[in-house]
Amino acid sequence: MTDFLSMGGYAAFVWPAYAIAALVLLGLLLATWKGLRDAETTLKALESARPARRRTRPRADGKPDTAAGTPAGASEG
Amino acid sequence: MSWGQSMHRFANPARFLRLSAALLPWSAGAAVILTIVGLYLSLFGSPPDYQQGETVRIMYIHVPAAWMSLFVYTNMAVAAGAGLVWKHPLADLFAKAAAPIGAGFTFVCLVTGSLWGAPMWGTWWVWDARLTSVLILFFLYLGYMALVNAFDDPQRGLRAGNVLLLVGIVNVPIIKFSVDWWNTLHQPASVVKMGGPSIDPTMLLPLLVMAGAFTAYFVAVVLLRLRAEITQRRIQTLRLSAAGEGAQG
Repeated sequence: MTDFLSMGGYAAFVWPAYAIAALVLLGLLLATWKGLRDAETTLKALESARPARRRTRPRADGKPDTAAGTPAGASEG
Repeated sequence: MSWGQSMHRFANPARFLRLSAALLPWSAGAAVILTIVGLYLSLFGSPPDYQQGETVRIMYIHVPAAWMSLFVYTNMAVAAGAGLVWKHPLADLFAKAAAPIGAGFTFVCLVTGSLWGAPMWGTWWVWDARLTSVLILFFLYLGYMALVNAFDDPQRGLRAGNVLLLVGIVNVPIIKFSVDWWNTLHQPASVVKMGGPSIDPTMLLPLLVMAGAFTAYFVAVVLLRLRAEITQRRIQTLRLSAAGEGAQG
């Protein structure tokens, strides 16, 4: 085991290489996760602050306004 | 841009969100499994190099990270082209979502290369063609991220960023062929080259598994980041429309 950890005398180079990769990739994952959660919380708060309100203007493309009254994220879990 | 137009632009990623929800568990699962197998092969299942001893294990992080730095950038540049030509909002957002991941891989590539160079070359850094062009790639990522966030109107930031990505693509072949075009300290390619890999299978396998792990990680994280970007767009649209109504009052 000590033999393995010593990496033939190159432990000071091999292990930091693996540690840096782990830190960067896990850190990025955590930051992404937190950013997504914060954004979803903000969106929910905004949507519940103005519930089921119908749009006063017609859609630009003239299609029937099916989205009105449903919060945009309601269908996604 | 009227509210109606902006709703039309940003309400359409619903199909993407469904697709990403289906893809996410697979890419995340693949990333975890491939990382475990890849780490086992890199640290236990492969022999030390006859010249470089145990430092060769740095390669299993360094080389896949370098591949990813080019792969992610190329994907971003393709998305930037699609964003500029077809004005597809998801293409713009993909580039923005991928940039920090690409920068992360490039950083890992540079640092692990340094940690490998110190014992094997006797130096942490040299200003040769390969190392310098990869450092430029890192700055391209950082420059893109700064540029995208430098405008009050996010659309203008994304468009400026797309132009930078397309100009910067010239650096990708320079990195790839720098070891052939110039006399560098960095060794030439031994995996992706004419005539097939010249590396032993016991070392090629962990390399490919780690590359698969990094790719799966990239897919999973970029899907999460895209989801966050789309959510931010909705927040912005809701806030703008609320402000508009307030003004009409």
